[in-house]
Amino acid sequence: MRLIGKKFGGAAEYVVIPVLALAAALVVFGAFVAVFQVDPLELYVDMFNGAFGSWFSWQNTLTRAAPLILTALCTALPAQLGMIIIGGEGALLIGALCATLAGLALTGAPPLFVQIAMALAGMLAGGLWIMIPGALRHYRGVNETISSLLLVYIALAILNHLVEGPLRDPESLNKPSTSDIGAANMIGSIPGTDIHWGFVFGLIAALIAYFLVYHTVFGFAGRVAGGNVRAAKLVGLKVGELILATCFLAGAAAGLAGMVEVAAVQGRANANLAAGYGFTGILVSFLARHNPLAVIPVAILLGGIGASGGLLQRRLGLPDAAVLVLQGLIFMTVLASDALYGRIPFLNARTSGP
Amino acid sequence: MIDPAIGWWGVPVAVLGGAIRVSTPFLFVSLGECITERSGRINLGLEGTLVMGAMCGYATSYLTHSPWLGVLAAGGAGAAMGAVHATLCGLPKVNDIAVGIALMLFGTGLAFYLGKPLIEPTAPILPAIDFGWWSTVPQVHAALKINALFLIGVILAPLLVWALRTTRWGMTLRTVGESADAALAMGYSINAIRLQATVLGGFLGGIGGSFLSLYYPGSWNEGLSSGQGITAVALVIFARWNPMWCFWASLLFGGAAALGPALQSVGVSQGYHLFNAAPYILTLVIMILTCSPRRTLSGAPAELSITK
Repeated sequence: MRLIGKKFGGAAEYVVIPVLALAAALVVFGAFVAVFQVDPLELYVDMFNGAFGSWFSWQNTLTRAAPLILTALCTALPAQLGMIIIGGEGALLIGALCATLAGLALTGAPPLFVQIAMALAGMLAGGLWIMIPGALRHYRGVNETISSLLLVYIALAILNHLVEGPLRDPESLNKPSTSDIGAANMIGSIPGTDIHWGFVFGLIAALIAYFLVYHTVFGFAGRVAGGNVRAAKLVGLKVGELILATCFLAGAAAGLAGMVEVAAVQGRANANLAAGYGFTGILVSFLARHNPLAVIPVAILLGGIGASGGLLQRRLGLPDAAVLVLQGLIFMTVLASDALYGRIPFLNARTSGP
Repeated sequence: MIDPAIGWWGVPVAVLGGAIRVSTPFLFVSLGECITERSGRINLGLEGTLVMGAMCGYATSYLTHSPWLGVLAAGGAGAAMGAVHATLCGLPKVNDIAVGIALMLFGTGLAFYLGKPLIEPTAPILPAIDFGWWSTVPQVHAALKINALFLIGVILAPLLVWALRTTRWGMTLRTVGESADAALAMGYSINAIRLQATVLGGFLGGIGGSFLSLYYPGSWNEGLSSGQGITAVALVIFARWNPMWCFWASLLFGGAAALGPALQSVGVSQGYHLFNAAPYILTLVIMILTCSPRRTLSGAPAELSITK
């Protein structure tokens, strides 16, 4: 049995323990829905079908995974520095807003040019937005978890204010929105599928983030600072600049998610953008143990759970919040499973003995 | 729209009335969080506790026709959430901030799930005591209708200052919060004391939530709490872990939150959403002004992860 740990050098527990945690959450959730006279087995069959059962559901799942990968990076990157940023939702909203503004300002320009400008505007705005909690943490010692969450509510207020006021398209009667960016400027789908290009953006961003964290001096410096700030300062690392740059990149990822939601899904900025992708992204990052590469499969998994929500509602009559309950349970079991690391003998490479 | 009798005076009067009305959830959540943080642990999940409390309070009031039973049920739900937080944090290597985020998401999700059937029906809500009987101006009258829960909070704050300072319970709690090693050496169980503090904190947080659904705004819907819980957690830092300061800070935040509706009542509806964000901006500004990267905050429990 000890072979498992030996063979993978201890990496096995980073796969086995999260899977155990996930299974535990599914069992608890099954018991929860059983209280409401729903057959847990039927629930999980439906959930699997809604998430991964057909090509149609796969497309739905991957479309939802796209913003989740990007918002998860917003938590995963600062986590390398030991910071817990949970404001991805705010960066997504601000990124979406600024991307829309860029799109509207450039009406008539060649679509590719407009799309690039929108992506850059979204990334810049989101990046600057998450730099705020980073700067406050470094220069003023303000806790970044609380400040980033407060900024979500401020971002939402700015979005609502602009969408219902100065930027409102007078023709949007039921749902106040900005003007449409125009069908020509939408980024469209990957040929042969209904999955929009945002998914590819997410994959590229996650790969870049992985390379940055594990294969560059910048990433190494960040992980040193995350492990021990004093040691980092002693070897001459500029911790402040590391924090600001990392937070910018993190926010840029979430801002890109906002741009994608506008340019691939909504076509305009309105309150629909606050769909909670930023909050689910936090869970994705924690479940992936803040590893940018692991973020991809975890985002697909949680995108799948989200995609099956509609089916659960229709077939089993469960409220749409069922998905939120399950996500909350997964979050809790994953955190509780932190206690197991290094304690399951046959998964541990450094087990002593003959 | 401007009332000719008092004109623009309607704004400060409405802000004052609003401060008293809106501050109550801030007050209960911050007093609860104050107890928890004094034991050396932070519970960021009080946002979820608040929403769960609001839902359970409303449901119980609807089923039993007694809003006070609803308040009690809300406290019970909050206490249960606190127990979950403390149990998870009691495991080795588990981070209390992360558990708080998880409970924030779980609490809101569970409350939305269970609260689906409660959006339509009307439940009996808490009574208010009329302190404005002497005035003939309706705005003053409205501002001085004060809910009993606020008065309980007013009594609770100094009571907690006293209890933390002089009772055996308070001293044990502070010892655990200042130095877990010292408390351990004295033979106290760190986890048991923190469990107690988190459960009590959750109880008060749940009651704060019941105020939202049972008095103001006085109904259950999914947009009921938007960040009051997390604002209250930040408020405790600003109040330097002193219950009496929590009370004054809650009034200040309540006033800031009442600004938007107050301006709307005199006909200023532009920038409504921005005024609604006033408490969050105020929280951020206050945190910027009062925190410092070089020294730990005065009054901060030494075991608290958030100020280390």
